[in-house]
Amino acid sequence: MDAVIENLPTYWRGFSMTLLLLGVSGISALVLGTIIAAMRISPVASLRAFATVYTELVRNTPLTLVLFFCAIVLPYLGSDLEYETAAMIGLSVYTSPFVAEALRSGINGVPVGQAEAARSVGFGFGQTVGLIVMPQAFRMTIPPLINVFIALTKNTSVAGGFFVFELFASARELANANGDAVIAILLAAATLYLVITVPLGIFAGQLERKWVVQR
Amino acid sequence: MSVPIVLFDVPGPRARRLSLISSIVTGVLILAGLTWIALTLAAPRESGGITLPGYFDPSRWDVFADPAVWERIIFVGVGGTLSAALTAAVLAIVLGIILSLLRSSEIAWIRVPTAVVLEFVRGMPVLLMMLFILLVLNTGAFVAVVAALTLYNGALIGEALRAGLASLPRGQREAGLSLGMRPLQSKMLVEFPQAFRQMLPIIVAQLVVLLKDTSLGFIVGYVELLRVTMNQLATFYGNRYLFSFFVVALVLYLIMNLSLSRFARWLSKRTASKSSGKRLDPTDPGQAMLVAQASAAARQSEANDGFASR
Repeated sequence: MDAVIENLPTYWRGFSMTLLLLGVSGISALVLGTIIAAMRISPVASLRAFATVYTELVRNTPLTLVLFFCAIVLPYLGSDLEYETAAMIGLSVYTSPFVAEALRSGINGVPVGQAEAARSVGFGFGQTVGLIVMPQAFRMTIPPLINVFIALTKNTSVAGGFFVFELFASARELANANGDAVIAILLAAATLYLVITVPLGIFAGQLERKWVVQR
Repeated sequence: MSVPIVLFDVPGPRARRLSLISSIVTGVLILAGLTWIALTLAAPRESGGITLPGYFDPSRWDVFADPAVWERIIFVGVGGTLSAALTAAVLAIVLGIILSLLRSSEIAWIRVPTAVVLEFVRGMPVLLMMLFILLVLNTGAFVAVVAALTLYNGALIGEALRAGLASLPRGQREAGLSLGMRPLQSKMLVEFPQAFRQMLPIIVAQLVVLLKDTSLGFIVGYVELLRVTMNQLATFYGNRYLFSFFVVALVLYLIMNLSLSRFARWLSKRTASKSSGKRLDPTDPGQAMLVAQASAAARQSEANDGFASR
């Protein structure tokens, strides 16, 4: 326990890097995922095809491989990114298809009758999407989106294996330095992860329950 | 996609021509982008006065003519990945079944601690678990990878199965009990087989995640596909093959994962035609959504149960 308290600054350094990774890659994955989802439902066939292929490929590539590409293969190909930036890019790219799928499933989850009803009372495309479909789709999208962010939080730990000093890397370093208190050190790191993931999970669960009441 | 057809009028000839033209234009743009990437990679580069060959130059790919390389990639690399994934998959399903039964137990002393443990395991990165097992229990890398993957995916499969159990119509259990079955009998013989079949696509989709996560073994030093190609072979044959080895590793991972995903989709179609007709597609509407729906249905039926017993 003493080892944990002594090394709190190291934990904090790692934890703040984890939060930074989570924030930056979360937001850019959201943007990228929205673009992919929009391409996926667009009337332009080639955009649809591109988005489908992108989703399939990225979803079936392990995150380790994506980060390996960003951190080691890209510099070898001649980029000079910082490891942190490389990890953020990798995490955003890896998370974006999951965001896109969550958004798309939300839009698909709105019963067709809703859109039909809107159309039959004379709403145009903008009104149907903006007033009827989107508000419902948005609400249904939030719980799966939060689950995506929970997964992202856990995935940031992989960046620790690629020269980014975040929570996992700090835990590994501390565990190597304090061989006699490995359990306490690793449990402390686990607690810090749980501090992010558990509240998010509870929040998602509550939203889900609300959503059930409405249907 | 039935929604967009409802969302706007059926496109007339002008709109259709417009959409065709923009489709061709963006298609050409995408192709041009891809060609640009390919050409950039293929072009020879100057580096410190030496001209390096492009990345599609035969001199960067000639290692793959050596059968010993393939032998190592397939037997040590793919073999390591698959053996870890297979062991962990079997154990995770077993653990998932046990956890789902414990989690939906009638006795609070069993149910509540299981829920806490599940929540704990699900909220933790697999990598941290691997490191924990490796350092604390002092096992080999294989055991650490398999045990961490089993725990994590077992917890997720358990949660999915529990949601499946809870979302069954209450009549199933009542019918079992009224036939004189004991609660455990009804659970094992009547409810569980149905829940398992309904959740099978989700379980297989989870196994795809498991297969992908075996690559985390790279970080804790387990010898699998990524370590063999990117570390051992790339060091042995020299860094100029790094990109080629990366491409090969990527393609091998894609082959494995895509075929497992395809299997999941096929399975969901097949089970759908047999069972109640409620179709679960593990990949299309998003797996998270399915679990969300199932657990939402579960909560609803739990709430109904509470209401009925009051």
